Amino acid sequence: MSIWEYANPKKFMETSAVALPWVTAGTVLCLVTGLVWGFFFTPDDYKQGSTVKIIYLHVPSALMAINAWLMMLVASLIWLVRRHHVSALAAKAAGPVGLTFTLVALVTGAVWGQPMWGTWWAWDPRLTAFLILALFYLGYIALWQAIENPDTAADLTSVLCIVGSVFAVLSRYAVNFWNQGLHQGASLSLDKEENVADVFYLPLLVSIGGFVLLFLTLVLLRTRTEIRLRRMQALLARERMA
Amino acid sequence: MIALLSRDLRLALRAGGGFGLGLAFFLLVAVLVPLGVGPEPATLAKIAPGILWVGALLASLLSLDRIFALDYEDGSLDLLATAPIPLEGVVAVKAAAHWIVTGLPLTLVSPLLALLLNLPPQGYPLLLASLALGTPALSVIGTFGAALTVGLKRGGLLLSLLVLPLYVPTLVFGAEVVRRGAEGMAVSTPLLLLAGITAGVAALLPFASAAAVRINLR
Repeated sequence: MSIWEYANPKKFMETSAVALPWVTAGTVLCLVTGLVWGFFFTPDDYKQGSTVKIIYLHVPSALMAINAWLMMLVASLIWLVRRHHVSALAAKAAGPVGLTFTLVALVTGAVWGQPMWGTWWAWDPRLTAFLILALFYLGYIALWQAIENPDTAADLTSVLCIVGSVFAVLSRYAVNFWNQGLHQGASLSLDKEENVADVFYLPLLVSIGGFVLLFLTLVLLRTRTEIRLRRMQALLARERMA
Repeated sequence: MIALLSRDLRLALRAGGGFGLGLAFFLLVAVLVPLGVGPEPATLAKIAPGILWVGALLASLLSLDRIFALDYEDGSLDLLATAPIPLEGVVAVKAAAHWIVTGLPLTLVSPLLALLLNLPPQGYPLLLASLALGTPALSVIGTFGAALTVGLKRGGLLLSLLVLPLYVPTLVFGAEVVRRGAEGMAVSTPLLLLAGITAGVAALLPFASAAAVRINLR
């Protein structure tokens, strides 16, 4: 009994079929609690007014946009080292989800930035880095789409994911160097005192939990779809052979 | 490896379009930008570093899909993969050949285009230095992109989508060097970072490119 047992597609399908309803329920519970609490039961900020409430969408989606790429990196490494197909398919499944989180972060940021900074977009390091991250996701997804042979596609996208991670980090610091911007510092951190005020903190944590679970739900769901697609193709191929 | 380099260079020269196309494109960018933004010398001087760098980057992007495509089609890439030199070396040589055909001429003509764009005179040596340091990185990164898309039918557009985000750090530091140089500020930090990127990608990316070529040849 080891963790690698779950890399067996059959075992994965069984486990995820059991887990999926629970994870989905957790997602709905956390998201509804976090967002309703955040939007309706917290006071307005003394400086930013009610616009502060967009952090319940903006911060979690930005956090997950980066962590989704990290998960893809880990899954790609597992695929390259141990050749577990579920791992490659999970990375494939996470790509569009990560792109969506990135776009949500960009759009909510723009919607918030318009009243606060007086502009929809600024070439600020964080904003620019996120736009570039979105481009990395696009390239990754496009490469998956472009290649016919699934194993070749998994290999090449894994290599791209690893190289892309290095360059995503590099770009992050490069644009930092290039321009000093408007974006405020981190809203949350483990080692600093300067977190957001307590009233906003708890609903934000719940909402982040909701986004993590949402990511998990979507990736599980999409991975299951990918596995079924793969099985279907195998069956069709067998039929053609016969 | 030297034989391979000279072979690639000869092919690029005789097939035509190697040197000429990139340079013509670079020239066109430098001509079109003043037509687009207006011939104001002060404005041009301000945007010249960025335009020259973006132009050089796009010009080197143009010929990337040729790096492996022809060898892949006629099967010589399979022979190169089984040749006694390691595939990493082959890939590095290919990148070097690409740089000699595109990056080097771009660097050499850049002062001329800087003149057209009214770059302040103190920016010239730094423009040359930054392009000489940065264009090898563009070729090496581009070779990686070409290696990823070598087996694809219409890989060209996908190649730009894959490679352009990877070009970001090089572009940022390269243009920063020229901009600071033109304004008479200290340039050592971005120049060193640019050199660091080039050294880093030249050392590491050939391994990734060779892996991608191997996967594509499988």
